[in-house]
Amino acid sequence: MLVMGVCTVYFLVPIWWLFVGATKSRDQFTSTSPLWFADFDLVGNIRELLTYRDGVFLRWMLNSIAYTGGAALLGTLLAAMCGYALAKYRFPGRETLFNVVLSGVLVPATALALPLFLIFSKVEATNTFWSVFLPSLVNPFGVYLARIYATASVPDELLEAARLDGAGEVRTFFTVSVRLMFPALVTIFLFHFVAVWNNFLLPLIMLSDERLFPVTLGLYSWNTQVNQLPQLRGLVIVGALLSILPLVVAFLFLQRFWRNGIGAGAVK
Amino acid sequence: MTNIRHGRAVLFFVVPFGVLFALFYLVPIGYAVVQSLYVVERTGTFGPAREVFGGLVQYQRVFSDGPFWQSVGRVLAFGVVQVPVMLGLALVLALLLDSGLVRGRRFFRLAFFVPYAVPGVVAAIMWGFLYSPNLSPFTAVTRNVDFLSADLVLWAMANVVTWVYVGYNMLIIYSSLLAIPAEVYEAARLDGAGQFRIAWSIKIPLVMPAIVLTTVFSIIGTLQLLAEPQVFRSFSSAVSSTYTPNLTVYSTSSVPNFQLAAAFSVVLALATFVLSFTFLKATQRRGAL
Repeated sequence: MLVMGVCTVYFLVPIWWLFVGATKSRDQFTSTSPLWFADFDLVGNIRELLTYRDGVFLRWMLNSIAYTGGAALLGTLLAAMCGYALAKYRFPGRETLFNVVLSGVLVPATALALPLFLIFSKVEATNTFWSVFLPSLVNPFGVYLARIYATASVPDELLEAARLDGAGEVRTFFTVSVRLMFPALVTIFLFHFVAVWNNFLLPLIMLSDERLFPVTLGLYSWNTQVNQLPQLRGLVIVGALLSILPLVVAFLFLQRFWRNGIGAGAVK
Repeated sequence: MTNIRHGRAVLFFVVPFGVLFALFYLVPIGYAVVQSLYVVERTGTFGPAREVFGGLVQYQRVFSDGPFWQSVGRVLAFGVVQVPVMLGLALVLALLLDSGLVRGRRFFRLAFFVPYAVPGVVAAIMWGFLYSPNLSPFTAVTRNVDFLSADLVLWAMANVVTWVYVGYNMLIIYSSLLAIPAEVYEAARLDGAGQFRIAWSIKIPLVMPAIVLTTVFSIIGTLQLLAEPQVFRSFSSAVSSTYTPNLTVYSTSSVPNFQLAAAFSVVLALATFVLSFTFLKATQRRGAL
């Protein structure tokens, strides 16, 4: 119990500090106790953040949601389809495909960022929404998980029954199999969501136009300027708090799904 | 399992992912390898630059690049300490949650997991403030110990990474603990095994696959270390532009020297692949014995 208490303090105090810091004015941030409230002005600080430089922060948040939500939704669907085919059909090259995809899991995504930049600059597509969005769609680990989940949760007999009823393969996938795999798909979606939300190197290399930045890159760029523009410090603190919220909400909201699905990846 | 009859359906399922995987995984890897074989030549100092085939010249540069290998050594040292500490803590917390000794499991599970929702960049910014001598809530500590000094900054980053990922790893281990059927414990309890004995002889061996998985991901993550050192550059002058291998890639590419940066990328990807693959194989062989 003591261990649990100490760990809780360790994990939660920084977040508490961030929350308290986000409610303070610039002077109070340095002059009052960092772990307790002074004048509670969270709303005012958020308003200042959202109006700073024509609301560029709001734009970053929306960018992040577009990059992340879109890539995670589509990417999960693509990974689910591929993993499902690998689990449920016998076709030439199946093992090769699976092994290549599995090797892809072991290749660090950051090693791809630079060559991706060079390729996108050949077709003059760097510094665009697509240059960050398209590479984010690919999730080899999702394929691996989807294959495991499909094997475990979609019985072959059910597919046979659907075939006897005259349903096509694709239709069966979308009406029957997706439903059976749903908790697992939520898990893949959440992991993909977190991975893209946290992605830093790819946007850092690809994007130069501030209006295309995801929120992580935006906060980073502010933080590098704190020494020249001290008023940015408060904005970074409030922005950091807001940038955490979407993930916390997603986790809480989808909790009952990922709690069950998260372990299956390790059961070989 | 059915046969090839459903060829069209299989194509429909596999092709979309396959195409994207080829375009954004395989092609970049191939392109990086090709780029790394070229050198830029100039006629005179200000003449037009031309790319000419240079064979393994870039790799010679990579292998004789002192700062790069220092950075590799740095992340290896980081990994050797940080990965066992993080996973050890995750394992202990998972076992405690699973032991029935702890009340309020839901709360703790969530509390430990919250930091995972904090993006690496944001976590690094937060801890950067927490470490700083003036702004930190722990000024009594930070005034006396300079976490951002050359000696300590690597471990300050290790703490940030640990803080973010313990809960995530704990959850993976914990859910594979939940998957162990209760009968297994009953037999052990009848044989007179205590909590500690059960954890050591039954639970840990049974969740080994989960521990292996989390270790592989931690190894990959460690070699890729980028966001934390990049952010800490604005807090500490001890973090150079070649502090980790990935920072080297980034700063080399912004020179710009794409060919050399590509060679760095290739070496780094290969090293990561070999390390994690070797680890997987080594643990599989041990498991087979």
